[in-house]
Amino acid sequence: MATLTHDAPPTSTAHEPGKRGLWSWITTTDHKRIGILYGLSSLFFFLVGGVEALFIRLQLAAPNGEVLSADAYNQMFTMHGTTMVFLVVMPAAGAFANYLLPLQLGARDVAFPRLNAFSFWVFFFGGVFLYASFFLGGGADGGWFGYAPLSTQIDEVVRMDYWALGLLVLGVASVASSINFVTTAFTMRAPGMTLMRMPVFSWMVVVISFLLLFSLPMVTVGLVQVFFDRNLGTLFYDAASGGEPILWQHLFWLFGHPEVYVLILPAMGIVSEVLPTFSRKPLFGRSFVIFSGIAIGFMGFGVWAHHMFTSGLGPVAEAAFALTTMFIAVPTGVKIFNWLGTMWGGSLRFTTAMLFSIGFIAMFVIGGLSGVTHSIVPADSQQHDSYYVVAHFHYVLFGGAIFGIFSGIYFWWPKLTGKLLDERIGKWHFWLMLLGFNLAFAPMHFLGLNGMPRRTYRYNEGLGLDLWNLVSTIGAFLIAVSMLVFLWNWWRTARKGTRASGDPWDGRTLEWSIASPTPEYNFARIPTVEAEDDFWHRKYGEDEEGNAVPIATAEEVSDDPEPPAGLHLPSPSYYPALTGAGIFVTLMGLVYLPWGLIPAAVGALVILWGLFGWSMEPIVKEHH
Amino acid sequence: MATEAVLVEEHPDVHHQRKIAMWTFLGSEVLLFGSLISTFLLFRNRTLGGPTAEDVFDIPFTSISSFVLLMSSLTMVLAHHSATRRDWRQMRVWLFATAFLGLTFLAGQVFEFTVFVEDGLTVTTSPFGSSFFLLTGFHGAHVAVGVMMLLSLAFMSMSGKLHPERGMNVELVGLYWHFVDIVWIAIFTIVYLLQV
Repeated sequence: MATLTHDAPPTSTAHEPGKRGLWSWITTTDHKRIGILYGLSSLFFFLVGGVEALFIRLQLAAPNGEVLSADAYNQMFTMHGTTMVFLVVMPAAGAFANYLLPLQLGARDVAFPRLNAFSFWVFFFGGVFLYASFFLGGGADGGWFGYAPLSTQIDEVVRMDYWALGLLVLGVASVASSINFVTTAFTMRAPGMTLMRMPVFSWMVVVISFLLLFSLPMVTVGLVQVFFDRNLGTLFYDAASGGEPILWQHLFWLFGHPEVYVLILPAMGIVSEVLPTFSRKPLFGRSFVIFSGIAIGFMGFGVWAHHMFTSGLGPVAEAAFALTTMFIAVPTGVKIFNWLGTMWGGSLRFTTAMLFSIGFIAMFVIGGLSGVTHSIVPADSQQHDSYYVVAHFHYVLFGGAIFGIFSGIYFWWPKLTGKLLDERIGKWHFWLMLLGFNLAFAPMHFLGLNGMPRRTYRYNEGLGLDLWNLVSTIGAFLIAVSMLVFLWNWWRTARKGTRASGDPWDGRTLEWSIASPTPEYNFARIPTVEAEDDFWHRKYGEDEEGNAVPIATAEEVSDDPEPPAGLHLPSPSYYPALTGAGIFVTLMGLVYLPWGLIPAAVGALVILWGLFGWSMEPIVKEHH
Repeated sequence: MATEAVLVEEHPDVHHQRKIAMWTFLGSEVLLFGSLISTFLLFRNRTLGGPTAEDVFDIPFTSISSFVLLMSSLTMVLAHHSATRRDWRQMRVWLFATAFLGLTFLAGQVFEFTVFVEDGLTVTTSPFGSSFFLLTGFHGAHVAVGVMMLLSLAFMSMSGKLHPERGMNVELVGLYWHFVDIVWIAIFTIVYLLQV
């Protein structure tokens, strides 16, 4: 079945000299390396955003906190939210999607390897740009959803310019990634892999790609308007001159609510891969999980105004959005039962990955239920902008997305590194994080319902808020301890971890049919797919009662260990990183109009240079 | 070393990857212009005593420049047709013609903008002005990018550097160009014709 006919020297591997060093990472077009770059950036920003959270909790640990000034507090919660959403969970999803999508589809790379590198570098420079503002006038301080007129006040320097342009360019990176993932999933599946045979995680990547494609342009328009209001004197959000601050809320949440599903669906995809593996059963109602994911994608565009119930939309709009919000809980709830049904009657193995997945289900149910309470408009009017909301979205985004991501980290770590993370330390990590998480965020339900508003940097004694705030702070530091445990696990595994085989978990999908760590070429032979969970069905048949019976060992049905001959992988290119750097220079210039137009023009020339070089160079160079 | 590369087993659509990517991108662009047009519709009557649509719009003039842009879609089709027949010389002629028509449209837009500014309508006059210039400015920027791509194709073809199987090719630029044209039909109808 190989169509490779040309003679060539043995394919180089990641361990070959000349493929190491910083330059090889900057110029890489390998989806696996780009995935790792996304993952490392995401982890770095997770630690930064976590430190910001610790500052917030220190400030609120006791009444009349003295740790932060009001101004510093504003910067902390704004950058904490912005970081966790745009620089942690989204790139973490990008890391998994980059690394796994081609492997799960049976492909050698994504459709556009250099566009993929471009996405990463734009994301990277966008993150650096957002954080640069801390050193050039202070971090963004208008809240992570930057409501006008907080975002358009121009009397205080350039903070929200950095924020608006930073988010805008992160959106460009995401749109480029989304185009890439959609094209990859639609054109690069291995022979026999129909759409419905595509692994659930890959399906969720397709769904979030479409969500991003259709939601990001709307917030892009909003961000451009904010930037122009600040710098050119336009009147979009200036209520005194006929502008409409509420237009920003619509544009933001038209993006912001689909974005919520962008954050959670990858975790749902991860959990849908982990649970079947450690239950030794196929995912219960597999096609239903896929279709409810698609349904969430569609319905996600029809619920945005439930973020705006207190902004005076009128009873008709409020009733309509209350109903759509209740409806969207249905496909989400369906998945919970799919996962429980998958575990029911399975032979369960409680590995760390499995524990994080089960933790995901439990925490996400709590967060989902408190979310449904927001759909009741009168109740929401009470909860709005209180700590109850903070509790809710941390249960879905931390208890949901982050737990799912850690489940994926423990699950796929051997595929990335060839070594298994230590299970004993991993379980310490899980239980500490679960305990810390619930200590930190469960009390916020009480605080919110007792009237504590979010984004307030101090509270007085004697309001009944002291105890639960202290508990919450203790929980936050316990989460920090659990992260140290994870880092320790990483360090220890790197030094003396157990070597992993290609298929350490008795896996089900194609990525387990190849060696660990993944060879540079992914598959020596492109597999032919004959079933859902194809690799599992190569290993196991069924007896008369439908029980799994081994028919082959993993080694027998795995990919060839010999590298393929005559294979040419996409060559490295520095143009994507160069273009990204050009965008960075342009943005820096735009913050400081009008004289900044000079650096902005220089940056634009660099972008043009990068794009032309990129389109002129061959994808696979003849000589190394 | 070998000069050919086969990256993957062939999926039937693997040769259409760039086209799928372009369609996906254009789908995203629909929402961009949709949001810009929505903003304009929200602010169309907020003139703050400044010039209104009736005061400034010159429908006959804009009709002519719209006609010019529409004709550029015809020349784009002819360029693509020549490319499929591998008649590179004729393809270049039609590419230059398309770029020329695009530039004519842009010149018309620049002229129109200067007239509006002289009439007292700028981005800071009123929300109407802000949203009008943002929408038409975004569209103009898209036309300008399109003209640059058309000229790049034509000049690369002249120096023999145009490889239809990589980077941009006439079909992809054509898709983009037609899209920008269709958006202008919507803008001309909603922003100009329906407001006066």
